[in-house]
Amino acid sequence: MDFSLSEDQRALRSGMRELLTGRFGRERMRAAAESGEGVDRGLWAELGAAGFFALRLPEAEGGVGLGLPESVLLFEEAGRVLLPGPLVATHLAAGAVKGAAEGRAVVTVADGNGPVADLGDADGLLVLGDGVRLRAGEPLRDTVRAAVPVRSLDPLTPLHRPAGPVAGTEPLPSLSPHSLRREGALLTAAEQLGSAARTTEMAVQHARGREQFGAAIGSFQAVKHLCAEMLVRAELARAAVYAAAVTGDPAEAAGAKLLADEAAVRNARDCLQVHGGMGFTWEADVHLHLKRAWLRSGRWLTAAEAEEALAAGLGAADRADGGPDGSGGS
Amino acid sequence: MTDLSYSEEEQEFRARLRTWLAGALPGLPPKPSPDDWPGRRAYDTTWQRMLYDAGYAGLHWPVDAGGQGATPTRQLIFLEETEKAGAPYVGANFVGLLHAGPTVAAEGTAAQRSRWLPPVLRGEEIWCQGFSEPEAGSDLAALRTRAVRDGDHYVVSGQKIWTSHAEVADWCELLVRTDPEAPKHRGISWLAMPMDAPGVTVRPLRTLAGSTEFAEMFLDEVRVPVSHRVGEENDGWRVTMVTLSFERGTAFVGEVVACRRTLAALAADARATGRWDDPVLRRRLGRLNAEFGALWRLTQWNVSEAQRSGGVPGTGGSVFKLRYSQARQELYEAAAEVLGADASDLDREWVLDRLSSLSYTIAAGTSQIQRNIVAERILGLPKGR
Ligand SMILES: Cc1cc2nc3c(=O)[nH]c(=O)nc-3n(C[C@H](O)[C@H](O)[C@H](O)COP(=O)(O)OP(=O)(O)OC[C@H]3O[C@@H](n4cnc5c(N)ncnc54)[C@H](O)[C@@H]3O)c2cc1C
Repeated sequence: MDFSLSEDQRALRSGMRELLTGRFGRERMRAAAESGEGVDRGLWAELGAAGFFALRLPEAEGGVGLGLPESVLLFEEAGRVLLPGPLVATHLAAGAVKGAAEGRAVVTVADGNGPVADLGDADGLLVLGDGVRLRAGEPLRDTVRAAVPVRSLDPLTPLHRPAGPVAGTEPLPSLSPHSLRREGALLTAAEQLGSAARTTEMAVQHARGREQFGAAIGSFQAVKHLCAEMLVRAELARAAVYAAAVTGDPAEAAGAKLLADEAAVRNARDCLQVHGGMGFTWEADVHLHLKRAWLRSGRWLTAAEAEEALAAGLGAADRADGGPDGSGGS
Repeated sequence: MTDLSYSEEEQEFRARLRTWLAGALPGLPPKPSPDDWPGRRAYDTTWQRMLYDAGYAGLHWPVDAGGQGATPTRQLIFLEETEKAGAPYVGANFVGLLHAGPTVAAEGTAAQRSRWLPPVLRGEEIWCQGFSEPEAGSDLAALRTRAVRDGDHYVVSGQKIWTSHAEVADWCELLVRTDPEAPKHRGISWLAMPMDAPGVTVRPLRTLAGSTEFAEMFLDEVRVPVSHRVGEENDGWRVTMVTLSFERGTAFVGEVVACRRTLAALAADARATGRWDDPVLRRRLGRLNAEFGALWRLTQWNVSEAQRSGGVPGTGGSVFKLRYSQARQELYEAAAEVLGADASDLDREWVLDRLSSLSYTIAAGTSQIQRNIVAERILGLPKGR
C-alpha cells in the first residue's frame, strides 16, 4: 500500500497549476465573472491540447491513458482557480461525443429537472435517464431558443431553464448513466476540494497580514481555530476524494461528494468570516467560491442522496462478519 | 494516490495473522470486569505475551529494540485485523507499547533499551504516564513536580493526576522539573520511575463512567536513580515531544476500525427495531459512514506519508485526532437515538461507550490545543501571547 502521490502525479498537478495560473489568473477570473461571458473557447482548446478532457481515453484512441486519480488532481486544480464551464460533463463525454476530447466541443449535462448549466455555450447536451443520450445540432439549438435564462447565483455559471423535459436524440451506448453519475459526483467533489483548500489558504494569508488590537488577527485563537477546522475539513475531504478515485467504489464516491461539498461550503463561509467586512464585498473573491460551492453541492449528488446511499450499505449484512471491512482491497 | 491495495507479502502477512487470530482468540480467559484491576492486568498481559510468542509484538519497533523492524503498513494491517477479529484492546499495555516504549527506543541508551523494552513486548511490565499535574494540564510545561539531585539519585516530590493504569503499573514515564530557574520548557527531565519505590502513593479517581480508569499520584521524596533518566538533564521537553508525536500518530488505528463495526451494528439494530424508517436517523448514520470511511483513508494517507519520510509520524496526527474525537462522540449520540429509552440502561451495549467517548476531546491534548497545534505548526499562524 502506498497512498501518497507518485512523482508523475505531482508533476501532472504542478503542470496543470502552471497552465491555469498563466492562462486563468485572478484578473482573468474576475473579468469572466463580471462579463458573464461563458466558456472561453481558446482556453477550452488549450485545456484540450493539455489532455484535460482526453486524460482517461486510451492512448490508442488519441487519449493520455491515465486514470481517475489523475483526473481528480486536475479537477482539484480547476476548482482552486474557479475555472468556469462544463468541465466535468465535457471530460466525461470525451471519446463519446465528437470534439470533446480535443476541447473543440463544449458538452453539458441535464439530469432530471432544474436549470442546465452553460446551455447557451453547449455543442452537445448529455441527457441522463435510464441510458445516456446526446442532444446536439438543430434539436439542441431549438432547446436553447425555447429555454429561459435564469439569473444565476454564481456569476461564473450561466444557467438556463429548458421549456420542458429535454430528450436526447442520439443514444451513446458507450456511456452508462450509473458510472457517469458516480464519476460526475467524484470529479465535482475534486473541484470542491480544490476550492476548500484555496479558501483555507486565503483565510490563513489574510489572518497573517491583517492587524487589529496591535496584533495579527491570526494570533487570536478564535480566528486560529476557524482556520484549523478549515484545514481539517479539507484534509478529510482530500482523503475521501483521493481514495474514491483509486477504488472507484460508488459508496466512497458518495462519501467523497458529501464531505467535499461540506468542506467547500463551510470553508468559504469561514473564510468570509475571517475577512470581516471585506469578506462581504463583491471585490473579495470569497463569495465566488461560496456561490460556486453552493451550486456544485446541488449537482450530480445532493447531500440527502449521498447520505441515503451511504446508509443503504450499512448494517444490512450479517452483524457477525464485522460489517464494513475498510481493508481497501486486501 | 497510486496504490490502496496491499502487496503480496502484505496480504500473506494478513492471511497468516488472520489464521493465527482465529486459533488464538478462543483460548483467551473470560474478560474481567472493568473494576477488577488485577484481573485486567492479567488479561492484557496474557494477550501481549501471546502476541510476543507468535512474533507479533513490536512489529514496527526497530530490531535492536526487540521489534520486528516492519513497515508502518504492516503495523496498520496488524491493528486492523486484530480489531476486526475482536481481539483484546491494547489496554493496560497502552503507555508501554505506544508511548514510553517508542520513546525509550528513540532516545534511550543501549542499556536502557535492553532493560525496559523486552519486558514491555513480553507483557511482563506495565507503564503509566505521569505527565499531567493538578496545575499543569494543557500547559504541560508548567509542571512543578521537582527532582533534586542527591549523588546518583534524583529525589522527587510532587503530585501527578489523571494517571491512567497507575494502579497496576510497574513503571511511570515521569516528567519532573530539574531546573526551577530555567525557562519552563528548558528545565524538565524525563525519568523512568519504579511504581513500587517508597514514597509513591496512588489514589484511584472515579470517572463519570463509574470506573477507576485513572488515579492521582502523590510523590514524597521518591528516590530515582540518575541512570533512569532518558535523554539529557533538562532536555525532557524535547523527549516528550517525540513521545507525543507517537501517541497521536498511529494510536487510534484500531479504534477507527472499531467505530466502523459499531456503526454497522447500530444500523443492523435500527433495521431490526424499525428505527430505520426514520429518514433523519438513517441519514445521520449514512453521514457517519462517510466520516469513518474518510477517517480510515486519512489513516492510510498518514501511514503512507510517514513511511515516505522514514517512519516518523507527522503533524497529520493532530488533523486526524480533531475529527476522529468529534466523530466518535457523534457516533454514540446516534447510538443513543437508536437505543431510544434504553439509552439510560447502563447495561446496554454502547451506553458505557457513550460515556467513555466524552474523554476523547480531552485526553491526549484537548481539541482546543490540537487546533492551536494545527494552526501554528501546520498553517504557520503566529503564536498567541
Ligand atoms: C480519560 C483520560 C485519561 C488521561 N490519562 C492521562 C495519563 O495517563 N497521563 C497523563 O499525564 N495525563 C492523562 N490525562 C490528562 C489529559 O492529558 C489532560 O486532561 C488534558 O491535557 C487537559 O488538561 P486539564 O485536564 O488540566 O485541562 P485544562 O488544561 O485545565 O483545560 C480546561 C479547558 O481549558 C481549555 N484550555 C486550556 N488551555 C487552553 C488554551 N491555551 N487555549 C484554549 N483553550 C485552552 C482546554 O481545552 C479545556 O477545554 C488523561 C485525561 C483523561 C480525560
